[in-house]
Amino acid sequence: MNIVVSIKQVPGTTKVAINPATNTLIRAGVEAIINPFDMYAIEEAIRLREKFGGKVTCITMGPPQAEEALKSAIAMGADDGILISDRAFAGSDTLATSYTLAMGIKKLGQFDVILTGKQAMDGDTAQVGPGIAQWLNIPFIAWVKKIEDVKKDAKTIRVERMMDDGYEVLEGPLPILLSVVKEINEPRTESLRGKMKAKNFKATVFSAKDIEADPDFIGLRGSPTIVNRVFVPVRSGKKELVEGATVEEKVGKVVASLRESKLVN
Amino acid sequence: MAIRVITEKCVGCKLCIPTCAQGAITYVDKKAVIDVIKCNYCGACIDACKKFKAILIEIDRKVSDQDLSLYKGVWVYAEQRNGEIASVVYELLNEGRKLAEQLGEELSAVLLGDGVTCQAEDLIQHGADNVYVVDNPKLKDFQDDSYAMAMAELCEEYKPNIVLTGATAIGRSFIPKVAVMLETGLTADCTQLGIDDYTKLLLQTRPAFGGNLMATITCTNFRPQMSTVRHKVFKKAAKDVSRKGKIFTKVFADDLLKSRTKLIEFVKEMESTVNLSEADIIVSGGRGLGEAKNFALVRELAELINGAVGASRAAVDAGWIPYSHQVGQTGKTVCPKLYIACGISGSIQHMAGMQSSETIIAINKDPNAPIFEIATYGIVGDLFEVIPAMISAIKNR
Ligand SMILES: Cc1cc2nc3c(=O)[nH]c(=O)nc-3n(C[C@H](O)[C@H](O)[C@H](O)COP(=O)(O)OP(=O)(O)OC[C@H]3O[C@@H](n4cnc5c(N)ncnc54)[C@H](O)[C@@H]3O)c2cc1C
Ligand SMILES: Cc1cc2nc3c(=O)[nH]c(=O)nc-3n(C[C@H](O)[C@H](O)[C@H](O)COP(=O)(O)OP(=O)(O)OC[C@H]3O[C@@H](n4cnc5c(N)ncnc54)[C@H](O)[C@@H]3O)c2cc1C
Ligand code: SF4
Ligand code: SF4
Repeated sequence: MNIVVSIKQVPGTTKVAINPATNTLIRAGVEAIINPFDMYAIEEAIRLREKFGGKVTCITMGPPQAEEALKSAIAMGADDGILISDRAFAGSDTLATSYTLAMGIKKLGQFDVILTGKQAMDGDTAQVGPGIAQWLNIPFIAWVKKIEDVKKDAKTIRVERMMDDGYEVLEGPLPILLSVVKEINEPRTESLRGKMKAKNFKATVFSAKDIEADPDFIGLRGSPTIVNRVFVPVRSGKKELVEGATVEEKVGKVVASLRESKLVN
Repeated sequence: MAIRVITEKCVGCKLCIPTCAQGAITYVDKKAVIDVIKCNYCGACIDACKKFKAILIEIDRKVSDQDLSLYKGVWVYAEQRNGEIASVVYELLNEGRKLAEQLGEELSAVLLGDGVTCQAEDLIQHGADNVYVVDNPKLKDFQDDSYAMAMAELCEEYKPNIVLTGATAIGRSFIPKVAVMLETGLTADCTQLGIDDYTKLLLQTRPAFGGNLMATITCTNFRPQMSTVRHKVFKKAAKDVSRKGKIFTKVFADDLLKSRTKLIEFVKEMESTVNLSEADIIVSGGRGLGEAKNFALVRELAELINGAVGASRAAVDAGWIPYSHQVGQTGKTVCPKLYIACGISGSIQHMAGMQSSETIIAINKDPNAPIFEIATYGIVGDLFEVIPAMISAIKNR
């Protein structure tokens, strides 16, 4: 079974610190990590390989430094890593990102399952997974919390999709793209052997030309959404601690105002 | 693509620096300097430097071969499951109505499903001028393939200017595919919408970086302009039974509505009967509860005030309550009228999922807990005293 995992390198924190003197964003010194949701995708891919044999290939689009993310994936147990990197990809929105990844995956050739995380910790859109599936014209199932069964010969897969009030059991044909949620597994840590392998690992790099990308669909040029303004939301920073000598007094005050605003009766 | 600062024009006012989400602008020798490796050409700094016009950007964006003027009207996707319209739809109708009026265009709803035509009047009474209905047994269960295809076909045919969809499990799953089919932009999980007075473009504002940053996004050159919109940020539309509108029934060939995936079964999995993301009141418990059995206290309070039960990740990871109850960046994003946080410290990740709640009560024994910074009412005290006191105060009236 050929499994492709799409992973994104993200800053290790979503905390955007503000320098109060200059009112600037402080982003320096933050280490880059694999998007936490993608760790579950890598783990699930390795488990599929352990059960059905085959190969796990991780693919990422990003600057040259994103090779580090692939190395960590190798250390966890992935077999190979592909870095899609080109200045021409800068400024990609989710339409362009998903196109680029789809073209990269096409170049890889045969695959049975593509796994992505539920969403990336920074961009937070959850749009890249379904986008890749559409560009490749393969079925897509979001929010997968369990792979129940794979029938290798019949080429079908049965999974559980998390909904707001429960889950659905769905069946679909291979090849398929699944986006996974954290409930699916517990990612393993890097093994010693994996770390050795990662040390010597050099990612195969695909440029825009290598994946035969149409210049109209990549980077800023291929991105219909335009970020016009970015700002830090203002938190009131107030601290409204309820005064009172006893617990009953404090609680009484709060309950009274809840009644007033008809939140409780 | 190229970007640079024209040093002669730059007065060193630093206005551009905080607008750069990539951290690409630094201040060197009293002038702004842009690191082209970090820059993603978002153009935010250009906007900040309107006054001095010191930043020059050359972007060759693809121009659409669409005739943008043909695209008219605001559409709301009327999500339903088992014939029940999702409550976010009424919120979208309300907000969509405002946008449509500002543009002088019509508001329409799109209803996809099996045996759903009877819902169309209800959508009209909540503000829709038109309802496009595709009523077909093939659409009985939600499947990405069939729903995306039906939606894309309708958009191709009727050419809406704006398409709004709830940022629900369903909406966030299939609408990205529709956007790819239409080769247009999609802004995720918006919490604010508006129309630019001058350009008439849809201004879509959304949180990113776990709610620590807000971005305003436009889809300038392509149509439709599409967004998914977060639940419970807009008020629901009022019902007016006298409202009239038009219903368009579209018939598609069965072949077009084929789905490669199929539903085997649905398993309901909520501990309480209230759906967390729909709930008006949520009582959440964290590590401060100490052990699993103490969740009974949280449940008792929740039941008393008709609330749902939520939890921090620490409580979920400890195995005290299933993951479906987790609130936060890696759990559910909620926006109830009332959120009561019991024994929750208020980590960035937890607050990302609940900070837009209307009223927040925090119960924590540590007066320095960060949760108090966003609380409407902060009660410093032991939750094992505070919650029982609250229960009895609510009971004894
Ligand atoms: C503040 C801000 C707001 C933005 N808002 C929008 C918006 O509303 N709409 C829009 O179209 N774009 C938006 N973008 C651009 C968007 O973040 C980028 O296109 C990004 O490359 C992919 O989106 P994401 O981070 O949301 O990924 P998601 O779609 O959330 O990621 C889902 C999964 O896709 C895979 N994946 C994502 N990116 C990569 C990658 N580079 N390489 C390999 N796998 C990947 C991973 O498996 C990941 O778990 C925004 C950017 C910023 C800075
Ligand atoms: C990538 C990532 C994603 C994450 N996603 C989420 C997420 O989605 N949701 C989430 O919640 N967390 C998430 N977390 C975890 C988050 O960082 C915190 O660890 C977690 O929210 C802490 O939960 P807590 O507040 O219950 O526990 P703690 O931080 O341990 O707080 C317990 C609080 O209870 C108080 N307390 C103790 N005893 C009592 C008592 N008797 N009476 C009153 N108060 C008492 C203490 O003063 C303390 O403030 C994420 C972390 C990471 C790294
Ligand atoms: S806003 Fe314009 S003038 Fe001010 S520092 Fe930036 S580039 Fe220079
Ligand atoms: S165009 Fe955007 S990313 Fe580039 S320097 Fe300006 S604000 Fe930063």
